[in-house]
Amino acid sequence: MATLEAAPETHDAAAAPPLLAITDLTVSYGPVRALKGVSLHVEQGEVVALLGANGAGKSTTLRAISGLVRPRAGDIRLRGSSIMRLPPAKIVRNGVAHCPEGRRVFASLTVAENLRLGAASREDASGVDEDREKLLSLFPILRTRRNQTAGTLSGGEQQQLALARALMARPSLLLLDEPSLGVAPLLVRDIFRTLGQLKRQGVTMLLVEQNLSLALDIADRAYVLRTGEVRLSGVAEDLRDGERVAEAYLGSR
Amino acid sequence: MDYADYLIQQGINAISLGSLYALVAVGLSIVFGILRLTNFAHGDMMMVGAFSTLLSSLAGVPFLWGIGIGVVAGAAGGMIMERVAYRPVRGAPDVTLLLTSLAVTYILENLGILVFGSSPKNFPLPDWLDTSWEFRDGALTFTSINVLTVALTVVSLLFLGWFVTRTTTGLGMRAAAEDMGAAHLVGLNVNRLIVAAFALASAYAGLAGVLWAAQAGVVQPLMGFTPLLKAFVAAIIGGFGSIGGALFGGYLLGTLEVAIVAFLPDEISPYRDPIVFALLIVFLLFRPGGILQPNREEKL
Repeated sequence: MATLEAAPETHDAAAAPPLLAITDLTVSYGPVRALKGVSLHVEQGEVVALLGANGAGKSTTLRAISGLVRPRAGDIRLRGSSIMRLPPAKIVRNGVAHCPEGRRVFASLTVAENLRLGAASREDASGVDEDREKLLSLFPILRTRRNQTAGTLSGGEQQQLALARALMARPSLLLLDEPSLGVAPLLVRDIFRTLGQLKRQGVTMLLVEQNLSLALDIADRAYVLRTGEVRLSGVAEDLRDGERVAEAYLGSR
Repeated sequence: MDYADYLIQQGINAISLGSLYALVAVGLSIVFGILRLTNFAHGDMMMVGAFSTLLSSLAGVPFLWGIGIGVVAGAAGGMIMERVAYRPVRGAPDVTLLLTSLAVTYILENLGILVFGSSPKNFPLPDWLDTSWEFRDGALTFTSINVLTVALTVVSLLFLGWFVTRTTTGLGMRAAAEDMGAAHLVGLNVNRLIVAAFALASAYAGLAGVLWAAQAGVVQPLMGFTPLLKAFVAAIIGGFGSIGGALFGGYLLGTLEVAIVAFLPDEISPYRDPIVFALLIVFLLFRPGGILQPNREEKL
């Protein structure tokens, strides 16, 4: 039996605290424990992938960070201060934007209205206008469709809108849940190219993704979750050895 | 020509009655849209609005200001109702919400009876509102209350249209009605949106209450009950949870009721209300999403 170990979560106490630090996070849905003491961290400017099979607890981790589920134990710290008991709106205000699984754009609102709500947590009107222009240049299709209702967009266009809406909050940490899900393969490449661009611009991301190779291409580091626990973690390149990741996914046989 | 005059007169009546139903139905739909709560106590905000206007008239406040007081009182009543009764059961099963709203109705109506007595009170109108215009030797009659009802409905609905398409709060209310979780994720303060929805909905109920009382000439604590049921039918027919559907259903129902009385034989017109509620049952059975079908997913 191969020994699979998650690298211990250590952090130089003298250095500034990481952008996001999760320690021993436990989340239960009723009697079911979805997360059993997950610890991970994301440094400023990093892209970190969260991998694992369905039901491993990836989305739950993101939902806990955003305050949509209340953890039973553990801590979630943003730049050293706990955000775990804050309501979701406050967490967005603190700089965490969440681009949810299944896109969840507001179908009956127009593209422009969706983007406007993405900035609901901000008060700097001129900065919002500036960011909207930047994002419409980054996603030109959204400019074309800005007065259409979001429900009329294709899956790929909705994903771009969901991403742009999250970025309208000008987040210091972007949580991305399965951006490739339900998107045509060609558009998936586009979306990851855009994520690469965002990475170069210094956007910090925590990315949940089923597509391993896409995720490891863009990520600096990755964690593999299985049944609510971190089974493997490390630098993305080191995880390209498929066998270890597969074992962490599926358990050792 | 006589028949044309008759038609026009019935049209005026239909628009006037439809406006009242639309005002009440819109509020029901706003709250249902965001919380999936059928708020039976919504009709009691009509009582709050009407009695507030009555009290301010008795205190010597000019009537137009009194209407404003009725609207504000309705809004305040809605906010208090949300805070005291509905917030504690937020997220509870639908049946709990429904029973809570019935309890709130009984409490408010009995409180109304306790404070104001159960007998109808005269609702005094200023002279300028107690007039009517006759055309074609009396074949056509506009009362100033008809005109005021339609005018205030149009103005307030234009305001609503502006509010839900141009303000962040209004857009946020629509967003939360569609996907509460996603509304949280973009950083909308959903609590505040829900309070705003109750305030807005109840302000419309308050206005409807004042206009209803002005048309009837009397107010009494149970005045909201029948209009609430009618507005409920209107909202279902139009498509529950949709603002457009509520307006459409309100005017459709107003037209239908006037038509039943105006055009059907006199033996049938007493059955107006049973016909309306039979229509509700037909819709619930065969087209529960209403004519406009706001969202395909079940809304009821």
